[in-house]
Amino acid sequence: MTTVLTTPESVRELLAALAERQMAAGETPGAPAPDPVNLPMIRHWTAAMGDRNPVYTDEEFAARSVHGGIVAPPAMAQVWTMPGLGGERSPTPVDDVLAALDEHGFTGVVATNCEQTYHRYLRPGDRLVPATRMTGFAGPKRTALGEGYFVTWEVTWYASGEAVNSMVFRVLKFRPRERKSQPGIRKSYPLRPAVNRDTEFFWEGVRKGELRIQRCARCGELRHPPGPMCPRCRSADRTHVTASGVGTVYSYVVHHHPPVPGRETPFVVAVVELPEGVRIVGNVVDCRYEEVGIGMPVRVAYRRMDEDLILPMWVPRES
Amino acid sequence: MRTLSQGQIAVGTDLPELSIDLTPTMVISTALATMDFTPVHHDVAAARAQGSQDIFVNILTTMGLVERYVTDWTGPEVMITAINVKLGVPAYAGDRLVFTGTVTAESGGEYTVEVRGRVSLGDHAVGTVRFRPPGESA
Repeated sequence: MTTVLTTPESVRELLAALAERQMAAGETPGAPAPDPVNLPMIRHWTAAMGDRNPVYTDEEFAARSVHGGIVAPPAMAQVWTMPGLGGERSPTPVDDVLAALDEHGFTGVVATNCEQTYHRYLRPGDRLVPATRMTGFAGPKRTALGEGYFVTWEVTWYASGEAVNSMVFRVLKFRPRERKSQPGIRKSYPLRPAVNRDTEFFWEGVRKGELRIQRCARCGELRHPPGPMCPRCRSADRTHVTASGVGTVYSYVVHHHPPVPGRETPFVVAVVELPEGVRIVGNVVDCRYEEVGIGMPVRVAYRRMDEDLILPMWVPRES
Repeated sequence: MRTLSQGQIAVGTDLPELSIDLTPTMVISTALATMDFTPVHHDVAAARAQGSQDIFVNILTTMGLVERYVTDWTGPEVMITAINVKLGVPAYAGDRLVFTGTVTAESGGEYTVEVRGRVSLGDHAVGTVRFRPPGESA
């Protein structure tokens, strides 16, 4: 019994070797189209697309046209051999490669290119048979979605042995980025408040469930955020009061982008006006962001972000 | 219904814009008309469960709309020879797909139109459509 080591290099080699084999396998025929090219399906398609080109549906116009009769829209090429509702997709050489990518964590998929070439227009009665060969494999590459591989294949459609249409199709199979915060495991919150001699009293209050506001020890002026000197009388003597913990939203923004470490977007950042007379910045939580508005009554709530950090936030209250 | 002839098509010509409201009916009827029954194209709950904001246009429909955009302008009797599309952001129900295009090349009687289909999130599809006007033998 040998031990199989899966290092990134071994995965890369394994996938590349599989891709080589599948590309060497050449063209694999698929199941013939369930129906020949037909006017009812063309009519449904053109109606849904809003395509009023009469060569597709108007027998008289089509008969007088360059085509001499009804033709199918070229972009319907792939439609004729779609498996349909409950139909079975026939196997192709690409399947094993996509499955191997899934198995190694590249579970995301997004189509990137679709290139169709039409050798001739299809006519009602044409019976199509698809054949697929894998033509490209590139990666791993860093992409906006995550690390991934580009897989390319080519489908050729045959009518009575004649190649009538072909399509090159490319997908990116990517490793989706890790979802943050698994339940039960509290990671350290990545953002820390700046705690210094001016602000220490505030964070000590937060730990005790008190919303503390700095007050000038000489003139009594309240100020927030805390600072070393009173802006009114310039005294450096300071103390604090404990606010009631209610307020109203004075202004706010909804943050959608860019991403913020440790946070799920969107979130609300508000300026909350306190009845004591100062304004304080904080998140409004426990409601949908659409419900937040100027003048909204809120009260403070203390949220534990990790083992060491509690942040004051604001939740809706009845006015 | 007239079709543009070779003399009426010039490299550099801009195609008129085409704006398509992506109603749920549009997204669903085109998905089914292209025989694509993948739930993300007709079932809102299934689309949201896999992280999409709504149902969205399927690729076979994107190809069809790109083709229609060009033949709406050329008229019915051109021969479409190829459509190459680079796929971008999803085109969700409720959004609007706006096509713009320019004739960028002509070679041996075959024209190339560069097409861009935009939605509110950005480029949904960017690519080229190649065609031959009537009277040009391949």
